Amino acid sequence: MIKQKIVLRFPPHLVEKPTIYHLIKDYDLMVNILRADINPKKEGRLMMELSGSETNYQRALEWLRELGLHIMGLEQQIIWRAERCTHCGACTVICPTEALAFNRPEMTVSFDEYKCVVCELCLRACPARAMETLVDNANSK
Amino acid sequence: MKVNRSIEEINEKIKTGKAVVFTAEEIIEVVEEKGLERAAAEVDVVTTGTFGPMCSSGVFLNVGHPTPRMKLNDAYLNSVPAYAGIAAVDLYLGATALPPSDPANRNYPGDFIYGGGHVIEDLVAGKAIRLEATAYGTDCYPLKKIDTSFRLAEINEATLFNPRNAYQNYNVAVNLGPKTIYTYMGVLKMNMGNANYSSAGQLSPLFNDPLLKTIGLGTRIFLGGGIGYVSWHGTQHNPSAARAENDTPLQPAATLALVGDLKQMEPRWLRGLSFLGYGATLQVGVGVPIPILNEEMMAYCAVRDEDLQAPVVDYNRAYPYKEGGELVRVSYAELKSGSITLKGQKVPTASLSSYAGAREIAAGLKEWIEAGRFTLTVPSAPLPSVEAGIKLNALPQRDPEDREVK
Ligand code: SF4
Ligand code: SF4
Repeated sequence: MIKQKIVLRFPPHLVEKPTIYHLIKDYDLMVNILRADINPKKEGRLMMELSGSETNYQRALEWLRELGLHIMGLEQQIIWRAERCTHCGACTVICPTEALAFNRPEMTVSFDEYKCVVCELCLRACPARAMETLVDNANSK
Repeated sequence: MKVNRSIEEINEKIKTGKAVVFTAEEIIEVVEEKGLERAAAEVDVVTTGTFGPMCSSGVFLNVGHPTPRMKLNDAYLNSVPAYAGIAAVDLYLGATALPPSDPANRNYPGDFIYGGGHVIEDLVAGKAIRLEATAYGTDCYPLKKIDTSFRLAEINEATLFNPRNAYQNYNVAVNLGPKTIYTYMGVLKMNMGNANYSSAGQLSPLFNDPLLKTIGLGTRIFLGGGIGYVSWHGTQHNPSAARAENDTPLQPAATLALVGDLKQMEPRWLRGLSFLGYGATLQVGVGVPIPILNEEMMAYCAVRDEDLQAPVVDYNRAYPYKEGGELVRVSYAELKSGSITLKGQKVPTASLSSYAGAREIAAGLKEWIEAGRFTLTVPSAPLPSVEAGIKLNALPQRDPEDREVK
């Protein structure tokens, strides 16, 4: 038996495919969805816990990768805690991919997790500590 | 000058809900459209705002006496040391104080995850604060040790007292060195990888009253989400800094000491910050109303980012070692555009203070005034301005045994 939390990212053309159905039916996995959302560019993100036999789990991951999905461990997700962000902008010159970007003339900062490469540079560069990994988040709760 | 308005007249209008108020950002267009004279004739107050890290901040607390009574000697709030060298249960907690257990820069660059600024934020948020203290014990104050917790509402006073806030202009920090440095101006990447600035520019309080003609002792302000007052000029107050033709300083210049009752403030506008490799501090929201007494004040308040200049300073050598001065001056309009050009290189800029926050503060103060909830004050004394001829001193470094020094 294996139990893993993962994050799947779907390119727009795969968002509407019945992926979960196949994970359950073809690979006999238990699927527990933790969070699911679709961004304005129609890219999807699914955080879930998978459990089942080790072989089925590995085969399922292989199938997902072949489909063209991006798979990451849950601990690798970066979270922007919008309520802690003061919109100073200090992170925007540290972030290498413009995942954290400054919007003018609003003068606010936004976070695009699809651009985030999880380099983690922002975690400590943000003075308000508004950037977190899910692991930090779990520990602090 | 044709317009000659008194603060009393403005207050009358505020009380009847007739005061005309704009933020320091909105007023720019108003003046462009109507011209200085008409704008001065029509507008009563301009509101300003800033929301940036202000290290010289802290809070005086009176936590009340336990039974038996105690004269706190060594006191910690959530493990952060508070200064107890005043009366028995009075304390001062500074924004940059760190727990003795914090590894600081021994793990370079240190995280400074929780310091005085964070305790202040937690206090205002109404969270329970652990107080651990020891004392030597006296006949009148026998208790020698306490370990308890309290919330803001349960103690007698909590007075935010910030010896230096609201800097009138500030340096733009760059790093000319060959490796990343960690400063109070944020993370500065090598070879001018970024340029960090701090002032809100055209919205910043002291940029809108450059010679302190209306801001003085006792000026009522927005402080940390509540009401505060200007209690003195700030430490390192340097009104003598070089100035442009519009009277705004070209370097860090005037500062304010601010005071207010913490109990009516909000955690949203008092935020604990952790500067990587530097330390903990507090981000403070400040908003100052400027009365439009005449055309001159109107002209000051109409100042635009294009007309405000900040010095670019190298924080690798020039600032820490006082080797050489500013590299160039750039305008806040350039800074806010996202990049400046230094030595032919395009350098991305970032702010440490929140312009969105500054905007919200100025708009909030405007609302308070329009709603008749906030009136203006006549200062009880002016703050020292240019004519005071203040010169900034450096600390003497001499043989402490030398008694001959004059
Ligand atoms: S540095 Fe932190 S607080 Fe500032 S804009 Fe970035 S995420 Fe928000
Ligand atoms: S982890 Fe890296 S890429 Fe992602 S937002 Fe932070 S700095 Fe940008």
